[in-house]
Amino acid sequence: MSTPLSDSIWLNDVNLCPLEHLAEVSGLSIEEIEDLVDTDIIKPVDTGSQTRMFQLRYVVTVKTARRLRDDFELDRQGLALALSLLQRIDELQAEIHATKARLGRS
Amino acid sequence: MKFKDYYEALGVERTATHADIKKAYRKLAHKYHPDVSPDPNSEAKFKDIAEAYATLKNPEKREAYDNLGKHPAGESFTPSPDWQQHFHAGEAGLDDVDLADLFSAFGRTAGGSQRRQSFPVPGQDYEIVAPVSLEQIYRGEEIELSAELPEYDTNGLAHRVARTFRITIPNAAANGQRLRLAGKGGPGFNGGRPGDLYVSLALQPHPLYRPDGRDLYIDLPLAPWEAVLGASVHVPTLAGTVELTVKPGTTAGQKLRLAKRGLASADGSAGALYAVVRIEVPKTVGAHEHELLKQLAAASNFNPRKHFA
Repeated sequence: MSTPLSDSIWLNDVNLCPLEHLAEVSGLSIEEIEDLVDTDIIKPVDTGSQTRMFQLRYVVTVKTARRLRDDFELDRQGLALALSLLQRIDELQAEIHATKARLGRS
Repeated sequence: MKFKDYYEALGVERTATHADIKKAYRKLAHKYHPDVSPDPNSEAKFKDIAEAYATLKNPEKREAYDNLGKHPAGESFTPSPDWQQHFHAGEAGLDDVDLADLFSAFGRTAGGSQRRQSFPVPGQDYEIVAPVSLEQIYRGEEIELSAELPEYDTNGLAHRVARTFRITIPNAAANGQRLRLAGKGGPGFNGGRPGDLYVSLALQPHPLYRPDGRDLYIDLPLAPWEAVLGASVHVPTLAGTVELTVKPGTTAGQKLRLAKRGLASADGSAGALYAVVRIEVPKTVGAHEHELLKQLAAASNFNPRKHFA
């Protein structure tokens, strides 16, 4: 069966959503999402409006947070630390990838 | 139904205590959790571990699992009528039911020894990986994906059904980017919202191009005389071949930039294609070439190791 899709959206850094949406799709509480904002793991976009908006790519971050919380039974401090370290690893891997691309095959 | 040895998956004895099971799970989760393991194959391994732990950590599910008896892993088996009557409604066939779905249905199935849940239970989210090529992203192609997703019978038991989806890849897409298909995951129960289906793009390695963000890199092999004298060479791009002028005195490692020949960005701009110069030398030369090179060596005062002195 082939399903034509209408209710689909790419999780990129262009599409935005409010904090409540991140809570809804991840199953984390508003307080847990606020923890991630306080620790700069997810950052609101300055849109000039009173409602804080976030890049939709953060859906992946908050779902990872939910998974780590549940699978490792992490508390809020532990979760923030784990996500910070994972973000750092992602950044380093991206740097390695970029360096390899620039250097070429050898 | 295929039998899965949950004790074997966790590496514990069938007599293991709850504490032993939890300890084994934690140890394996640290090693194989897909969010922390660098091994791309760890996800499947962790799925088995998590499935085993989800059943064995729950005393009621563990009792039901133990009562299935021990079978060789992967062996087809059917729970006895007594088991089905005791632990389940058992009206529907179990042949195409996955053991994980059988135990995850505990608590929401009709009948059996379980208390039926009355609060809303959201449907499960699923993620599938879509391998894509650079060309498919560049052209914003439509691709077709297949996934086995659960559909539930009247007893709340999941039966995996093959589904096919068509998605259009935006030309600003990147490796690892996800598409959320709201409500296309597992159905919710007792008024819970259905789960979502996530499609994760996995960019396949390309024989020519190496992406870095929206920029692309390609090796540009040059003959030594092309690098020294300059040349006009043809370079493949995702939009077709272009002619590139190589200036005289071009050195290895130099990057020649072809603007807007990379991947598109969401803001409408485009990355560049960088041709990284590599100087290739012939492994063997003919007699005439050999003579010319000897003449060049004699005539040239070029010293590439001048800075050693």
